[in-house]
Amino acid sequence: MEGMVNQLPIGLSIGAVLLLIALGLTFTFGQMGVINMAHGEFIMAGAYTAYLLQGVGFLVALPAAFVVAGVMGLILERTLIRRFYGRPLDTLLLTWGVSLMLQQLARDLFGAPNVQVASPAWLRGGAGILPYNRLFILALAAASVLAIWAYMNRTGQGRRMRAVMQNRRLAATSGIDTGRVDQRTFFIGSGLAGVAGVALTLIGPVGPALGTYYIVDAFLVVVAGGLGQLRGAVLAAIGLGLLNSYAEFWSDASLAKVVVLVAIIGFLQIRPQGLFFVRSRALT
Amino acid sequence: MTALTVSRRVLTGRWQGPAAFTAVAVLALVVAPLLLEPFRLGLLAKYLCYAIVALGIGLAWGQGGMLTLGQGVFFGLGGYAMGMYLKLNDAAGDLPDFMVWSGVEKLPALWKPFGNPVFALAMVVVLPVAVALLLGALVFRQRVRGAYFAILTQALAAALVILLVGQQGLTGGTNGLTNFFDFFGRDVAADETQRGLYLLVAAVLGALYLGARQLVRSRFGRLLLAVRDGEDRVRFLGYDPATVKTLTFAVSAGMAGIAGALFVPVVGIISPALLGVVPSLELVVAVAVGGRFALAGAVLGAVVMGYARTYFSEELPDAWLYLQGALFVLVMTLAPKGIAGLAAALVRRREARA
Repeated sequence: MEGMVNQLPIGLSIGAVLLLIALGLTFTFGQMGVINMAHGEFIMAGAYTAYLLQGVGFLVALPAAFVVAGVMGLILERTLIRRFYGRPLDTLLLTWGVSLMLQQLARDLFGAPNVQVASPAWLRGGAGILPYNRLFILALAAASVLAIWAYMNRTGQGRRMRAVMQNRRLAATSGIDTGRVDQRTFFIGSGLAGVAGVALTLIGPVGPALGTYYIVDAFLVVVAGGLGQLRGAVLAAIGLGLLNSYAEFWSDASLAKVVVLVAIIGFLQIRPQGLFFVRSRALT
Repeated sequence: MTALTVSRRVLTGRWQGPAAFTAVAVLALVVAPLLLEPFRLGLLAKYLCYAIVALGIGLAWGQGGMLTLGQGVFFGLGGYAMGMYLKLNDAAGDLPDFMVWSGVEKLPALWKPFGNPVFALAMVVVLPVAVALLLGALVFRQRVRGAYFAILTQALAAALVILLVGQQGLTGGTNGLTNFFDFFGRDVAADETQRGLYLLVAAVLGALYLGARQLVRSRFGRLLLAVRDGEDRVRFLGYDPATVKTLTFAVSAGMAGIAGALFVPVVGIISPALLGVVPSLELVVAVAVGGRFALAGAVLGAVVMGYARTYFSEELPDAWLYLQGALFVLVMTLAPKGIAGLAAALVRRREARA
């Protein structure tokens, strides 16, 4: 019983990290049909930003990582992905090539072995079973979701973003500069991956392959939550995080991923398009 | 009629395909074993194993539009089935060596039937096909497709690797199954055995290629293309796209299983590192480099990428990942139809000029 309670903050914080990662993926996928395998390397870039800024202060690292990863995403979108709209499966292979190069670049810049980022003093320790670092990750994810929600529902930019996501051509004919909207979405989505990278430095070491551990799970969150759906991503990420940690607890670590995958395929039998989706009569 | 016009007719007419196939077959079955030293021949045999997987990817992805990122799973199932038989055969009634090291005392029930060669060889095909049929039936029937399908197959590859690594006593963990000695009564490391294995791999690849080509040209193949290009329209015409896709996926899985089983005696190991997310993706990219819309392109891509990897990791080990990444980016941007597409464009240009 005690083990079950102890597992709760672990599952929730993993869900929170997955959520930060999956938010970017679900919006770029839902809005532009881009499957960005290099998203994992934006996590890694955020984590290394925190590593470089260790002396400066943890709270500086968060916005810095957002900008670093966001600019990387923007460059990727401008130089390559822009040419691939309408070819989602090709973007997958393209961005995987980019991801290979970025990993090797990290290996050359920072060395192949993992590095450890020292947590700030005020995040060590905890209250009862709640470690402060995991609490902080939860708060970070909650704040990010709130910010995204406000951006999408309370600003003109967000309204245009939703319009492009729902019907790109109608949005374009209504005078929306869809290219600009795509750039902003890509910047924000990649930036959130950088923030997730900073959060990950609180619970583990940083290495060039950091992103590859999370990218598959984050894509599963997108599949289970529904494309471009904020609510779906939140629920699916928390669900997946909890399922993962409890499956590890009850069976063993090697079976947990199988359990999660079986659960998701089972879930798709009931809701093939994920938790939430935009109803449409259009044929895909 | 001069010899020149005959040869021209052979090279351009309806005999073009068979002529090219025969030429490649002679090259692979006669010339290569004569010219290549045993080490290089072994490398080629390994690439041809990958080419069998690539052929299946070409069928599922190029012809059927199903981007499968988990062919390593089926390759692994075939490979482990073969590896388990070889291990039990070498142990001759005792426990396989790695089980002794992991402290396993009794042969696990899962392993027992694999002591029988007929059962093990059957499982090489049955296991991958069964998994693919199950996954395909569950996924395609719900009209889950495109990127969703790609993501699910990738997650399957990731899950299998973690499972194999975790179950040390059952699977050999990270090391996988290795140290084989006897292959159906022959010394598996002997040059003669390896030469025979190479010929076997090449022959299997040729046979599977012809079979896949026949499948693509059949009515079923037409239907498969139609599903790729307009799944809903096919459904409106009264066909069931889910069945077409599931069957094709199962065929490609079976090919990967056979490739895995041949890979084990050729290379002498099967381990999780050979069948995870990255190796599965690498093969998909090899197919893209060779040309996904032509079955021959898929085979070519696997062999070319195999050689490129070996050459560059011998000569410039640090640059290989950059080169590989840059190559994918270039191919996807400039030549999405791969080498086969470039070759076809060249031929068209020459014909237009003539």
